[in-house]
Amino acid sequence: MVVKADVQLDAKGLACPMPIVKTKKAMNELVEGQVLEVQATDKGSKADLAAWANTVGHQYIGTSEVGDILFHYIRKCNLETSEQAEQTFEATISNEEILHRAGLILDVREEAEYAFGHVPGAKSIPMGDLEARMKELDMNQEIYVICRTGTRSDMAATMLAKAGFKNVYNVLPGMLGWTGELTKEL
Amino acid sequence: MVVNIWTAADVARKVIDNKELFILDVRNTDAFEDWKIDGHKFDYLNIPYFELLDGVEEILPQIPTDRDVLVVCAKEGSSIMIAEMLSDAGLTVGYLAGGMKSWSMYLEPIKVGDLSGGGELYQFVRLGKGCLSYMVVSEGEAAIIDAVRFTDVFTKFAKEKNITIKHVFDTHLHADHISGGRAIAAATGATYYLPPKDAEEVVFDYAPLEDGLTVKVGASQIDVGALYSPGHTIGSTSFIVDGKYLLTGDILFIDSIGRPDLAGLAEDWVADLRESLYVRYRALAEDLIVCPAHFMIIDELNENGTVSKRLGDLFAENHGLNVEDEEIFRSMVTDNLPPQPNAYQEIRHVNMGKITPTDEEQTEMEIGPNRCAVR
Repeated sequence: MVVKADVQLDAKGLACPMPIVKTKKAMNELVEGQVLEVQATDKGSKADLAAWANTVGHQYIGTSEVGDILFHYIRKCNLETSEQAEQTFEATISNEEILHRAGLILDVREEAEYAFGHVPGAKSIPMGDLEARMKELDMNQEIYVICRTGTRSDMAATMLAKAGFKNVYNVLPGMLGWTGELTKEL
Repeated sequence: MVVNIWTAADVARKVIDNKELFILDVRNTDAFEDWKIDGHKFDYLNIPYFELLDGVEEILPQIPTDRDVLVVCAKEGSSIMIAEMLSDAGLTVGYLAGGMKSWSMYLEPIKVGDLSGGGELYQFVRLGKGCLSYMVVSEGEAAIIDAVRFTDVFTKFAKEKNITIKHVFDTHLHADHISGGRAIAAATGATYYLPPKDAEEVVFDYAPLEDGLTVKVGASQIDVGALYSPGHTIGSTSFIVDGKYLLTGDILFIDSIGRPDLAGLAEDWVADLRESLYVRYRALAEDLIVCPAHFMIIDELNENGTVSKRLGDLFAENHGLNVEDEEIFRSMVTDNLPPQPNAYQEIRHVNMGKITPTDEEQTEMEIGPNRCAVR
């Protein structure tokens, strides 16, 4: 499966430090929340990109290898704003609880994040597409909205409630605290 | 200011001569903590290069100006970038050409001592990886023991000294580094020996290295005699050279002893390891000079950069030779072992001739420190 990204960067054939130098520049052009795909052949780029992203506060989603090419995925974050934003949606549910409930787990993270690991059976509709794709959801079903930290899911749950969905819950703490089974689609 | 280019040989000189050096290691913190360039008088600062992309101003106060400063990374690219940034900021620094990769590969031949009739014993010290190879030289002939994979270092050395390589030995099937033994033998027409008990799965022809085998090197007939000493592997064999040096392979080191688990049979081989160390070696002359196939820490180096010590001194000082209780010994060498060497299973398969990776793949396999010992 092809992992979806907003912007692609070709760093194939470049030796360290160029993959990271170019990634840093490319990330400056991204809007917060967008995903960058970096194609590289330097094996060391995996550990370095993950560590760099961690240092500057971006989210390193993962790396998939196809032949000799490494495909890295990084989501642009701004720790000072969105990730720390207040969560206002009142109905919440814990990570553990959703496993014992019959409703739909709705994963509103970007497709790339979903591809690198999601709760088995979860449906993917990225936050940005939710308004347009809301009709895919059943109004009468319980819906547990999950993202990485509980922030995007808070916004998504609010949006769904406003649209008339009655049984919507924000899952906390979200995928960052997920210790159970994961499904990958790479 | 200028950016100097250092070779691994330049850094080796600093290590061996006990000189001061300040190393700015710009690799990932994990990589640095796992493995770095060790020197008696080296100081370190580890800041990953990707934290310095916006400038080096913040670390300038931490960089000394009263001694050599060397920037090091995995392959060299990042160290060049950071060295140039430091240079633009007015500092004189160097970078290590080829980075840790070249450091891992560098071999320094050092003479251990003289043998009877004008012969010599050389130790090839691989500082970055802790591997020690040996060349017994006598009157135009040589025997090589535990050669690492950089075969041209040995063949060039022999050519410069006008020596013919006659015998090539591996004390055991190595798990931590790729042997150069078979390739040297193929290139020079020498005989390649391997202990048959370690060689059950090898896919090439070899001469059996068995207890009591003696080969003569040169007209003055220096004996290289094999002594079966299992425990690290079931075939592990030591050598006594000229009645003077005991080449212990991976059974006995200066400050530690061999680990029995790298071929997957720790429990089975504990008794062998104990027998080799506490019975077979005990029966040898205490004045033999022990020359191991590895060192683990820089403190094991002698003044001249060699790694060797009198057997009697090791019986007095090496903790692994002084565990009276067999159960405590068993637990010491089977429990709480250090992590296994990088890619050790693949390395064993290379040494069996089952797979033939490219040079670059071999380099990747050998990355990291030596981990053959139990302390």
